[in-house]
Amino acid sequence: MATTVQALRMALHVGETKLGVTDIFGQDVGPPLGGVFTATQGLRTTWNTPLDERGIVGAAIGLALAGQKPVAEIQFCDYVFNTIDLLKLAGNTLWSSHGDWNVPMVLMTPVGAGIHGSLYHSHSFDASATRIAGWKILMPSNPRDTYGLMLSAIQDPNPVMVLVPKALMRAKAAGPEEMIPGEPEDARALGRMIDAPIGDREGWEPEWPDTALEFVPIGVARTVRTGEHVTAVTYGRMVGVTRRAAELLADEGIDVEVLDLRTLHPYDWPAIRQSVAKTGRAVFINEDTEITNFGEHLIRRCVEELWGELRCAPLLEAGKHLPGVGLAETLENVSVPGLDSVLRALRRSAAQPDRAPSHARRGGLSFTWTGEGAHGAPDAVDRALRHR
Amino acid sequence: MADVSHSSPSAFPTATASAPRARIEPLPSETLLRLHERMVEARCLEERLIRMQRGGDGYFWIGGPGEEAFNVSLGMLTKRGEGIDHDYLHLHYRSSATMLALGADPVDALRQMKSVAADPYSGGRNFCGHYSIRKWNVAPITSPIEVQYAIAIGTATAQKRGGGDAITIVQGGDAGTAEGDFASCLVWASRPGFELPMLIIVTHNGWGISTNAGEQHGEKHIADRGRGFGMRAATIDGNDVESAYRGLEEAMGYVRRERKPFLLEVYVSRLYGHSSSSGSNFVESETDCISELERKLEARGLRSAEACATLRAGFDERLLEAAKMVKHEPMPEPETAFDHVFTERDLVGERARRVPHDNRVWRAPACVHPTAKSVKSGETH
Ligand SMILES: Cc1ncc(C[n+]2csc(CCOP(=O)(O)OP(=O)(O)O)c2C)c(N)n1
Repeated sequence: MATTVQALRMALHVGETKLGVTDIFGQDVGPPLGGVFTATQGLRTTWNTPLDERGIVGAAIGLALAGQKPVAEIQFCDYVFNTIDLLKLAGNTLWSSHGDWNVPMVLMTPVGAGIHGSLYHSHSFDASATRIAGWKILMPSNPRDTYGLMLSAIQDPNPVMVLVPKALMRAKAAGPEEMIPGEPEDARALGRMIDAPIGDREGWEPEWPDTALEFVPIGVARTVRTGEHVTAVTYGRMVGVTRRAAELLADEGIDVEVLDLRTLHPYDWPAIRQSVAKTGRAVFINEDTEITNFGEHLIRRCVEELWGELRCAPLLEAGKHLPGVGLAETLENVSVPGLDSVLRALRRSAAQPDRAPSHARRGGLSFTWTGEGAHGAPDAVDRALRHR
Repeated sequence: MADVSHSSPSAFPTATASAPRARIEPLPSETLLRLHERMVEARCLEERLIRMQRGGDGYFWIGGPGEEAFNVSLGMLTKRGEGIDHDYLHLHYRSSATMLALGADPVDALRQMKSVAADPYSGGRNFCGHYSIRKWNVAPITSPIEVQYAIAIGTATAQKRGGGDAITIVQGGDAGTAEGDFASCLVWASRPGFELPMLIIVTHNGWGISTNAGEQHGEKHIADRGRGFGMRAATIDGNDVESAYRGLEEAMGYVRRERKPFLLEVYVSRLYGHSSSSGSNFVESETDCISELERKLEARGLRSAEACATLRAGFDERLLEAAKMVKHEPMPEPETAFDHVFTERDLVGERARRVPHDNRVWRAPACVHPTAKSVKSGETH
């Protein structure tokens, strides 16, 4: 049973042996280290670069233009910001050349908080990434999707960014349904096969399991949990947090549907629309800072296109608009969403009054509002449920 | 001083007064005449583009009048074609002359100026001079200064592994060398044991937009920066077509043969200012490489002043007629703005020769850091 970082490694192995990957490169990506998170250990096409993010992105664009298939890594997304104009360029090359040149490159980078990374190992990049047109933006929440999304990224002829939550690197599959077809069930057995030994690695060769070519299609969300009362739209590290919150809320009688977007662009609007139209309540949950957040865009679209179906204001649960994420646990916890804040947001959504009682329908929180404000009686949900 | 990294005599004379002028091997007559024709055509094209912009048939002009001697030579010496077995060109926005020398139709440049749907380089999306031709490895020219120096690393990396004699050529202005991407290019091109087959060109016209090079740059020559990287480097007089051609020949030959980088700094004129934003008026005080060449041609009895004038008139007339025609070509349909955001086809990959990196085959040479105990005690040097 693979961790996220092992899933990445296995996908890259499949990439370089079956899908034409020619170069996997970045800072400390090649031997001897194989990546600061070990994502690139034991691979054949890996190499170390100068400590130069612009050079890395530039080289990837150039390799792609030369018909190669590069996978470049930015060691932490915290250090991708000085490449943004090159990312724009990768995204606009097909368009500016009127369809003459495509840029088939993959950029992978670890993102987000949750590893006590302080200011410069806790950044998120999803909001910024979704503003760079011409890119496909993927963000897995578990090992199986990491594997399948990476395969799709490699196969895609466009620039594709794979944002991998740092805090999930060592996380294992939540259950058998999140296992990669073909990988050994025993985590230790897999480790013995593909984890480089500590110390001298001279002569070490990984033994790759014969994993299936299972692509997770780009642009397709996954319903992690079905529910009737509130839709939670999330991705990356927040998927696990939201799922846990949903389990806890089930005991309170709040039935949360959890959507894992998996692709931020082009995102799965039909899946969001269908779920939000069903529940009438939506909470968008992600780690990036809240001002000009990707969830805000989705809220705008819900308001414009699903106004008639919305029972209450859609909510955003996101990082605070602060210049950084503080190192102290207390500081980190108030800066980025966690289980408590996600629970609060979901409860708040469920507790909001139906803005148009006529919209109440089977399976929903159909109740008659008794007058408390959204922040008023904390037991509003309980009472509401008693009215059913 | 000419070849800044080697004191041995070479084909690199410069315009600098202090430098002893090395003897340039004269070019054969046919080559000179061909160079002259393309140079004149390129000048006529730029002047037509300037007039179109002034007359409201375009929003903005930027181009390369003053760089024709060097840029035509570059186009003529390029190994043209698609894929890693041909030269890649990562050019500047002053490269019309290079494009004509490669065989581009000047009328297409007018189409880009007029931003009509038939503009083959960008479909009416980009400024004039922003060429892009995949079948000739001309990577899209783009406005952000210096990014091409970072991107060139990638095509050169593939060519290094691919073998053969094809190279990556990257070109930009002098002011842009202050950007980090220029430093990136020098560093990546000279990684020990993996030096890149890259001709790194800086066309030095002495200006940013309005900022003079001398007031911002302490280095005597930009080419001197190559020395720290163990890179061959030279300066040449881009206003003399024979120096330009011969210098390029030598630099390119070195890169093709040795599979290592060469930094070539070329002194050129900027004959119509920075762009239409600064008026695009002729600058009398700078050397005109075409007048220089025409004096030579007359002196050598190769082409008379009248023949030169006739040649120019012919290009002028043809381009005027073409501009009149392009004026009536349709604009892109508004809905085409949504075309080419993504592609289903891997256009660059379909017929590409892929040369994967193999870290069992290529390894960086081991190097000993000067603070290692063995070095301090003098065991290694
Ligand atoms: C990154 C970036 N910064 C600023 C500009 C605006 N700009 C356009 S041309 C130019 C001057 C460039 O000078 P140089 O590199 O010497 O090239 P030249 O135009 O002289 O050929 C500037 C500042 C730009 N296009 N890109």
